Amino acid sequence: MDKKTFIAKRVAQELRDGYVVNLGIGLPTMVANFVPKGMHVTFQAENGMLGVGPAPEPGSEDKDYINAGGAHVTALPGAVFFDSATSFGIIRGGHVDMTVLGALQVDKTGNLANWMVPGKKVPGMGGAMDLVVGAKRVIVAMEHTAKGNHKILEECSFPLTAASVVDRIITDLAVIDVTEDGLVLREVAEGVTPEDVQAATGAPLTVDPNLKVMHVEE
Amino acid sequence: MNKRTTVQEAVSHVKDGDVLMIGGFLQGGCPETLVKALVETQVKDLTIVSNDTGTVELNTIKLQQQGRVKKVYATYIGANPETGRMVIEKPASVELNPQGTLAERIRAAGAGIAAFLTPVGVKTIVERGRDTVMHNGREYLFEEALHGDVAFVRATIVDEHGNCFMRGTTKNFNAIMPAACKYVVVEAEKIVPAGELDPELVTVPGIFIDAIVEAEG
Repeated sequence: MDKKTFIAKRVAQELRDGYVVNLGIGLPTMVANFVPKGMHVTFQAENGMLGVGPAPEPGSEDKDYINAGGAHVTALPGAVFFDSATSFGIIRGGHVDMTVLGALQVDKTGNLANWMVPGKKVPGMGGAMDLVVGAKRVIVAMEHTAKGNHKILEECSFPLTAASVVDRIITDLAVIDVTEDGLVLREVAEGVTPEDVQAATGAPLTVDPNLKVMHVEE
Repeated sequence: MNKRTTVQEAVSHVKDGDVLMIGGFLQGGCPETLVKALVETQVKDLTIVSNDTGTVELNTIKLQQQGRVKKVYATYIGANPETGRMVIEKPASVELNPQGTLAERIRAAGAGIAAFLTPVGVKTIVERGRDTVMHNGREYLFEEALHGDVAFVRATIVDEHGNCFMRGTTKNFNAIMPAACKYVVVEAEKIVPAGELDPELVTVPGIFIDAIVEAEG
């Protein structure tokens, strides 16, 4: 199993029946493929849709049904469409239970930087700032390091998306919670030690006494 | 009352220096018939308000390539390299807003709300040039309504009174820009007589619409 699939499958374990969930572009989008059987989760596309379904079969795309990445989607039974002001009212108003996004950097206070690298092309924040401020639970899903460089830090150096918003970080190595007492290591991937995770992390970790091994189904 | 007009007449309402709001989200629900016709005019010094200023396949970028856009308000510009170039060459010419903030600024303008407080953007570079306000122990940014001179929007079905039905995810900014602008043109995939569009299924009331043109594609 590749790293991204592993991370997405572990993130899917955070879903709960009845949740309204917004998934970021890229790895987070894969989470929709692993909703536990029998669980009903409503996915939002912030360009104006609740009840996003899987990608359409080639040839059956509907030009009026796209997601926030511009990709064609289908509408599940019970889906609903609305304008951008309503969509962000849903987000900002706290009606989204969980959002999953990637990150460039996360720090020990839950600050998130995921929209801009200084000196590089600026793509814009899109809806990321609104999502992490408004969603009840914010999960960062990413590879633990970027080409060996730390992404989980004492303090973000890139421009922030928002301050103190991240609840949980799920990577190929570990599950880490952001708490008032700093970062707490809850789970490690099979064959990975807390020392390995600490070495790959740029901020001190407290190890949960009930440390578990990350488990996902094949 | 019949608001139908030609594309050329409709776009002639855009004047030099105007704030032009353009509906659409990436390639979804873009008023391309109108923007394409605007490219054929000489109007310049435009301020464009758009979620993303479109993609390289769309027409807004042509206005920029011709140097006719002096300022942009947007949320995501990764699909339009000309807006990216504006950021590098003249950073003040592009104001990036969080998507919900841009949507709410437009909605507020149309709803008679002068300004509002939002928690989004606090402790980020969005704070620059904005006041922060403490309210009930939480920090907010003070955001002002954003008005436009002209709006170009797209709808699926429009009746002769201007009542619009916008299908699926094409509502996006198309449904909120009309109330925020003085002159509003909708391009319709289908135009029907008044009475044929179910009043229960109207996305945008026709009172916000000044002119209706037929969409080309």
